[in-house]
Parts: sequence; C-alpha cells; structure tokens
Amino acid sequence: MDFATVIQLLDSTLRLSTPLLLACLAGLYSERAGIFDIGLEGKMLASAFFSAAVAAATGSALIGLAAGTAASLALAALHGLASITFRGNQLISGVAINFLASGLTALIGQNWFKLGGRTPALSGDARFLPIDFYFSDTLSTIPVLGPIYSELLSGHTLMVYVAIAAVPATWWVLFRTRFGLQLRAVGENPEAVDTAGLSVTALRYQASLICGLLCGLAGAYLATGMAAGFIRDMTAGKGYIALAALIFAKWRPGYALLACLLFGLLEAVAIRFQNIDVAGVGTVPVQFMQALPYILTVVILAGFIGKAIPPRAGGEPYSKERA
Amino acid sequence: MTVLPRWVDIALIPAINLVLAFFVSGLIVIWIGENPLIAMQVMLNGSIGSAYGWGYTLYYATNFIFTGLAVAVAFHARLFNIGGEGQAAIGGIGAALVCLHFGWPHWTLAFPAAIVGAAIFGAAWAAVPAYLQASRGSHIVITTIMFNFIASALLVYLLVNVMKAPGQMAPESRSFPAETHLPTAHEMFAWIGVSFPRSPPVNVSLLVAIAASATVWVLIWRTRLGYAIRAMGWSEPAAIYAGIRPFRIIMVTMMISGGLAGLMAINTVMGEAERLLIDSVQGAGFVGIAVALMGRSHPVGVVLAAVLFGMLYQGGVELEFEMPAVSREMIVVIQALVILFTGALENMVRAPLERIAAMFR
Amino acid sequence: MRANGSESRRETAAPAIELRNISKSFGAVRANRDISLAVAPGTIHGIVGENGAGKSTLMSILYGFYRADAGEIFINGEPTRIPDSNAAIKAGIGMVHQHFKLVHNFSVLENVVLGAEDGLILRSTLTRARKLLTELADEYELNVDPDAIVESLSVGHQQRVEILKALFRHADILILDEPTGVLTPAEADHLFRILRSLRDEGKTIILITHKLREIMAATDTVSVMRRGEMTATLKTSETSPEQLAELMVGRKVLLQVDKKPAVPGPAVLDVENLTIEGERGETALKNISFTVHAGEILGIAGVAGNGQSELLRALGGIEQAQGTVRINGTEIPLEGANSGADARRRNGIAHVPEDRQTLGLVMEFKAWENIAFGYHHDPSYGRTRWLLDIEAARRLTGVALKKYDVRPADPDLTAQSFSGGNQQKIVLAREIDRNPDLLIVGQPTRGVDIGAIEFIHRQVLELRDSGKAILLVSVELDEILSLSDRIAVMFDGEIIGTRNANETDEKELGLLMAGIAEVKTT
Repeated sequence: MDFATVIQLLDSTLRLSTPLLLACLAGLYSERAGIFDIGLEGKMLASAFFSAAVAAATGSALIGLAAGTAASLALAALHGLASITFRGNQLISGVAINFLASGLTALIGQNWFKLGGRTPALSGDARFLPIDFYFSDTLSTIPVLGPIYSELLSGHTLMVYVAIAAVPATWWVLFRTRFGLQLRAVGENPEAVDTAGLSVTALRYQASLICGLLCGLAGAYLATGMAAGFIRDMTAGKGYIALAALIFAKWRPGYALLACLLFGLLEAVAIRFQNIDVAGVGTVPVQFMQALPYILTVVILAGFIGKAIPPRAGGEPYSKERA
Repeated sequence: MTVLPRWVDIALIPAINLVLAFFVSGLIVIWIGENPLIAMQVMLNGSIGSAYGWGYTLYYATNFIFTGLAVAVAFHARLFNIGGEGQAAIGGIGAALVCLHFGWPHWTLAFPAAIVGAAIFGAAWAAVPAYLQASRGSHIVITTIMFNFIASALLVYLLVNVMKAPGQMAPESRSFPAETHLPTAHEMFAWIGVSFPRSPPVNVSLLVAIAASATVWVLIWRTRLGYAIRAMGWSEPAAIYAGIRPFRIIMVTMMISGGLAGLMAINTVMGEAERLLIDSVQGAGFVGIAVALMGRSHPVGVVLAAVLFGMLYQGGVELEFEMPAVSREMIVVIQALVILFTGALENMVRAPLERIAAMFR
Repeated sequence: MRANGSESRRETAAPAIELRNISKSFGAVRANRDISLAVAPGTIHGIVGENGAGKSTLMSILYGFYRADAGEIFINGEPTRIPDSNAAIKAGIGMVHQHFKLVHNFSVLENVVLGAEDGLILRSTLTRARKLLTELADEYELNVDPDAIVESLSVGHQQRVEILKALFRHADILILDEPTGVLTPAEADHLFRILRSLRDEGKTIILITHKLREIMAATDTVSVMRRGEMTATLKTSETSPEQLAELMVGRKVLLQVDKKPAVPGPAVLDVENLTIEGERGETALKNISFTVHAGEILGIAGVAGNGQSELLRALGGIEQAQGTVRINGTEIPLEGANSGADARRRNGIAHVPEDRQTLGLVMEFKAWENIAFGYHHDPSYGRTRWLLDIEAARRLTGVALKKYDVRPADPDLTAQSFSGGNQQKIVLAREIDRNPDLLIVGQPTRGVDIGAIEFIHRQVLELRDSGKAILLVSVELDEILSLSDRIAVMFDGEIIGTRNANETDEKELGLLMAGIAEVKTT
C-alpha cells in the first residue's frame, strides 16, 4: 500500500466516521442521562430526508439543515414523551421511532418527488461544500506533511469539523459544567438528583433534545454533505453502528471518537478493498469487515475485554411513588 | 394498585391503541392529499376482498405468526428478543441446507426435516445472546440487535462465496429440488376439488404456523416449563424463592423464541422462493414485535394481529397500485404507530382508564 | 398529642420543627396517622420505632419527597409548605437517607455540589466546596478526601458525604434516617460525636433509629412511633431502654393461644456456624448455631435487620452461605449445585417468607398457580413430567383454600385481589399442606388482621403438635412469646441469647433485643 492510498483511506475514514461520531455523541447525551436510545437510526434518517428535501426546494443547505434538525428534534421529543412522561419502555419506543422514520421518509419522499423515495440530486449551495484550508494547494507539494494537510485534513465539509469539535466540547460540557454534572447524575442515580431539589424530568428532556439535535446534524451531513441527496433508508444501520460505538467507547467522548474512527476505517477498508488477503491467515471476506463493529461490541458487552458498564439508571423510568 | 377488568385489558386497550394508530395514519393520508376512507376500502378489498387477496394476506400472516410468537414467548419471561430478523435469516440457512443436501424423495419427508433444521438454526442463533444475558448480564436487546447485523453479513458471505449457484451472478443458492416443493393453497384446495387462484404463495406452512400457535399456547399455559417462564417474567425474586433457575429459563425461552423465528423460513425460503435469497426476511422479524404487542403476547392475539398485519401488507401493495400517492411504506408507518401506541405510550391510554376504573369501585 | 404541642409552646423559642396532625396513606396502607411533633432548636431528637412504623414516611414528608394527605408543617414557627425537596432545602432542612442518595461514580466534591452549584461552570463552586470541606473537617471531625470516588469510600465516609451535602446547603435542621444501620460501632460513635458538635453549634438534629442504645447515647428527647402513630414523646434522661422497648413493641390484644406443652423429638434442623458475608463485605450472619427438634417451635426474636432475614434466606435456599446445616442428620449443600430453593423443598423444608408480596407469591398469578408455586413439579399437578394438570391444580387449590379458610375460596382469582391476611393464608396453605419436616416462617402475621392472626397461629401450632419442627422468625414479641417453646434472640448477626419460653418474659427479651443485656445462654 503506497502513501497516497493510505492518505485516501484515512480521508474516507474521516468522512465515514463523521455521521457515526455525531450520532454516537447524540446517544452519549441521552444514555448518560439514563434514557436508552435505539432510535438514533430513525432520527438520523428523518433528518437526512427533510434536510435533503428542504435543501432541494430552497436551494439552501443551511435551511435544509434546520428542517432536518427540526424533524429529528420532533422524534426526540416523542421519545421523551414515551419514556419520560408516560414511563413507557424506552426500547420499544426506539423501535417504533425507527420504523416511523423509515416509513414516513419513503412515503413522503415518493409523494413529494415521485423519484422512488429519492430526493432530487442536490448541487451548488443546496449541499455543504468542502472547505479548503488556506494554502492547501501550495503546501500539498511538501512531502508527507503536505498531503496530510491538504488532502486528509483540508477539503471536508463543515460538519466533519463540527463533529470533531463536538468531542472536546462534549467532554467539557459533561465534566466541567453544572449541566454536565447534573446530566451524568441523573443517569446514574435519579434519586440523588431528585433529593438535591432538581427536576429529573427536565434534565432528561434536555438530554433527549440534545440527542435529537446531534442526530439532526448527522442526518443532514449524510444527505447534504457526504451524498448529494436522500435515498431510501440511506442510514443503512449507521445508527446501530453508532450505538455499538457508544458501548465500545464505554460512554466516554474521547473513546467515542476513537471507536467511530475505528468503525469508519473498517467501512473505508471494506469499500476500497473488498476481500483482503492477510499473509498466513488467508482471505478476510468483506462481510467480516462489515460485521466486525457488531462482533467487537458483543465481545465488549460480554465483558471479555474490559467490561462496558452502562449508566446505572439507564432504561429505567423514574418514579418516586412507592410500588 | 388498580386492577382493570380483564376485557379492558385484553380487548378495549388494544382496540383504542389500534384506533389511535389508524387515526394518525388517516391524518397522514389526508396530509398527502388522499381520502383515508377510500384508502382503507382499497386496502380491505385488496387484502380480503378476493381469494387472491386472501392468499397473499395469509402468506404474509404466516410469517408474522412465527415472528410474533417468537417475540411473545420471550415477553412472557420479560425478555425482549429484537433479534427475530437475524434468527429468521439463519433459520433460512438451516432450511436451505436441509433441502439442498439430502436427496428427498417427497416433500412430506423434506418438510419435517426442514422444520427441524430451520428451528435449530434459529434457536442456535438466539442461544448466544441468551447465554451472554444469563451468565454475563449483557443486555439482550443490544446483543440481539448486533446479531441481526452479524446474521445478515454471514448470510451475504455464504451466498456470495459458498452457496451461490454455479454460473450465476445473483447471490442466491441454486433452486431446491422439485421434490421439496411445498403444496400451495392452490394445490391443496385442488385435492378437495375446490379452485383457488394459482399465484398466491400461501402454502402448507400456514398450517404449521397455526399448529405452532397452539403449541405455544400449551407451552405457556399448560406445561410446567411455561409456568416457570411466566413466574420468572412476573417476578425474578419470587421465581428464585420457588426454586426456578433464571439461567435455565433465559436459555430455554430464548431458544424457543429463536426457533420460532427460524421457522419462518419454511414459509419464505422453502415455500415461496424455493431457494435461499439474500433478503427473504424483509423486516418480518420486526413486524413480530408489533404483532406480539398488539396480540398481548397471547397466541390467539398473535394470530389475529398477524392476519391484520398480513392484510396491511397485502392491502398496501394494492393501495400503491390504486392510489400511487400513497406508497406501500404507509404500512411501515402504521406498524410504527401500532408499536408506539401499544408498546411505548401504553400508559397514555391505561392511566386514564385506571382512574376511571378506580372511580367505579 | 395535643398536650405535647402545648408543652412545646411553653418553651421560649419557637420549635425548630413542628408537625401538626400529619397523615399519609399509600393505597390502603395508612403509613402516618394524625402525627404531631415539636422539636426544640439546638437539640437532638430521636424517633424510635419498629420497621414499618412510619418513621421514614414521616421524614420523607418533612423533606418534600412525599406530600402529606393532611396536616401542617411549621419551621421556626413559620407555617411552611414543602411540596418538593427543593422547598425543604430552602427551608434549611437537610436529610441523610437510610440508603444514601449519592452518585456512586462521582467524586466527593461532585456529590457535595450537585444541585447547589453557583453558576454554569463548575470550577468556582468546586473551589468553594473544597475550602468548606477543609473547614468542616477541622471543626466537626468530618474528614473525607474531596477527590475520592464515592464508591471507593467506606460506608462511614459515604455517610459523612451526605452530611457534608446538607451542610454545604446551609442546613440548620438535619434529619438522619437509620444512620447506624450499616456502620461499625466505632463509626457510629464517631457519628454521634459529629452530631453532638453540630448540635452545640445550634443545629437541630432528628435521629431516626430502631436501636435503643443509640437513643440513650445520643439524644436529648425521644418520640416513639408504632404502626403509623406517635405513641409517646419523652425526655431521654427520664426514660429507660426497657420502657422504650415496651412502647416500641407495644401491647396489642394479647392473643391467648391454647398450647399444649411441647413434646420435643429428635433434632430435625441442626445449624452450625452459619455465616453470610453481606454485599459490602460486612458479615450479615456470624457463626450462628442452633438446633430445632421435631414437635418444637424455636422462635427467633430481635429487632428487624439483625440478620433474621438472611437466616431465612440461607435456609430457604435463596442465598448462599457458609457453615453446616443438617436436616434429620443429613448435611445439605449451602453453595453450588443442589443448594437452590427447589432442593430445599426436596429436603423437606417448607418456607413461608417474610415478604409474601415479592417472594412468597406472584401477585399476578391466580390462586391455583400460587398454591402450586415452588411445587409445580409435583406429581399431584399432572401425571406427565411436562404437562400441568390445571383441573387437578384447581381442584386441589379449592380444597386447600377451604381448609385454610381463604376467602373468597376461588382458585381463579389473582393473588393481588385477596386481602393481606388471605394472601398469607394462601402461602401458609401451600407450605403447611405439603407436610414438611421443617417449616421456616418469617413474620407470619405482618399486615394481617386479628381474625387471620388467630387462625394462622393455630395452624402453626397444629403443625408442631403433629411432630414437625418449626423455626419462627418474628419482630412481634407477643407472637414469639405465645407460640415458641424456646426463644433465641438475634442481635447484630448473632444469637445473643437463648431462653426457654416459660422461663423468660418480655422485659428480659426486650433487653436482649436492645443488645444491652449480659449474654448468658441456657
């Protein structure tokens, strides 16, 4: 493998990791607050569709982003309603939201555009365009560092940089602010939060909405940044991979970045090389590469390599009524 | 604690939830610019307005009975098996291996063998998450989701690299031998001299699905094992007090559940496609969740809900044909709303009813 | 209680806390009935009572965790509404719960500031808290490492974190709910030193406990609660542990049980050095040894939480234990294979658990399903190994329900639709009707009406008279005294003394229960 190939591979790793990372951080906020969310997939999908649809109609990627995020927030609020207000089963609610998004986007897409569930191809300002760093052309001729700067780091769309910036931001919010302290507390021991005179309900809704916001960004990036429009079920399990990455990262922002980069790399390798020959082992089929994130997550969950301990109150509706 | 009358619990609440789901769906249809009542009429006509429609409705219903029973059995032990999709896919491999690798003289011999093969493969695929839950406490919902994806990768690998028919591009196995062909409704009705359309794929597997429902009913309500499963589902501490071992119940329940999901393959892989395809499950594993919730985890409820969803799936096809503005994804939306109202938002309906019930005592 | 109210009004300063006519029910359970209480500022006031007497509910109302159905609260003479914990904190009330409300994986500092932060960013609050912690450590011996993760701390230190939380919020009134339940004696003594120095600084402290030694050692005044009511308020210096024990255990209608003298046979249950390590590494059962003979009832007396539950769970096959247990001379495994509840039933042990609603019954199961519970593999419920013969089960249940006077005698009603007494009779019917060699029974009449109590007692005695061995655990001293042939008293995971029932009295047992008597064994 030559240097140029490595750079290209890492470049696409970065692009493929971005939606995973945004969704993974979305799940991190929600699950850190004690709300399981297997509906990341659905929220991303809804945002992908509405961002592409509105971008197609208005010609503005930013208005599209707003619309996509609004759709994702609406589903997040629905999840909050079911799991916080009505103390329903958070897993079932997540399943329902995934189906709702899958069905509605295809239904409305067909209805609006009559393109078999697609939106029209986006171009120009209707897409987020790559941002070239200063001097990236000039510096590209410098050996090693040049291509790293101008090809790997430069030339991505805004959302890639937003996603990466969101990692330290999330860390800071969680571990350095009042909100983060309370958010983490409500996911571990809501009684501690309640007896401290805080509202469990308000905190959990806030977490759900941040989750919706970040899923909105992830979906918009998929349809208006990475691709040039929406196609049916375009999230294709990315929400679940993000969930896997979240468990793999043990619900920590820094590890989330690493996990998403790893899973992004696996995807990039699978796309580029298909079957890989490994000396002494034989051919590693592409399907194995695709399944690897899930297999790794199961291994982590089983506690064979370091135990992944979820927030203690996760999945449990909070009720102070005596049973 | 307010105890609702039984009829409220098993009939009124599901009915209200269903009405709510249809009401919201109706609003969506109006928003699209069509008349929901006409849409409903088209769906009813398309699904149960003719023998042809019934044939397809019952074909889909057969799948949903299997996957619905799978989810329902696990629910009784308070386990949420979201992995029916993967278990059904792996069950397909089991059925295909049985059909392809033995020289069956007649379908009556191949069929029981395929049933066993599909069930064992499905059960084995559920056994791993079950073991991880029972012995290592790994959350079964997450592991079964992961196993869905691993199953789909495994299936693709096998169809591309191992089982692909020689000299063919599409990733599918070779066709099963003619001796393994299962009689369709058309053929079975012909035996008794009744004519039934030829094209609907509903086949003898429907009878197996009905038999499976009856068996599940016996299992849950008439066997000592089913009794232990229900005890464990209601209260794990009490079950331990009674000498019921949670490890054993989790393993056994999940393997029964996976086996039932795997059985779906006899309808799709063996009965309809007669070869192993890459996506024969087509979301039926997930529909099972809606069916089990709607059917209150009771086999009779599951059968009724499965037929209802069969009608939706078949009606949706007709609807798309008659009313192009409303594509067949409408049924996915209805399915989502049913899961939402019966599963996640249940307290929205239940809490007011409990308050009403409390006023009358 | 009116007399008490007027008495406190005679004092010069307004009471720090005054409760007037507080009532609270959970469904049909009346946890607090018309409770009034006044606590003078700068004092330590004890509230003593059995588990379930309503102490914790009362304090949860004061802390805004529950809302009272009726009654008023005055803080420093001001009528105060406390709809939520926030209002309680604003009113200067801090609470140290029995089960700590700490975030296990947070540092001490993070736990202390949670909900009382100065601004959006934590840094300045943490700095302020760190400074205050240093000051408090010097002033009250409240030393804790501010950066330690809470779950790595000892229980005593975790409790200090709870106190620090309250002080960080400027609490003037501190409520401690069963603070010593999980502490070693040395930790408890340290805690009382802290409380006394806080009182000397003018704080008002309410100490809830069921341990009389602590009341005597730490409080200025004391109130006794029993069955949801406040039965007395006294000056600690003017009372004695014996008097408090009597008030606590109370005197309900003394049930006369016709009891023939016991005819003890050979040993049925032989327990040697039974030990259970608790969840936090503390020893819940310490080297318990005793014997129960055929035709005999051994009563285990003691204040709740002194190891009786663990004893029942170990014998019932629910919890693993160490030591030796023999049934009719044969040793049975306490760990690993064949140590489960199913094996115990095969060994001839029947178990009526302390908590019928979470262990003894599946509340959603019908009566016949509950009658079969634990015995569902019995051949009487079907000839085959797999199938359950429901008609047989219902028929047998119908007979059992009539025999044990369960009303209504309908095998198809779910357990939750029976009253408490009838639920208990269902459990009893199931366990006694199997004709076990040994019956272990916990709190047989908890939450049961008088009529059912008599019936249940008669059944237990009949079983004894038929030559069976019975181990009876109860916190009701009357019950222990009227049923038992011998009485062992448990205190702090040990048997502190054993007496013959006809050679002891409530007074002696009360002292043993309080853990303050000389240990002498018969």
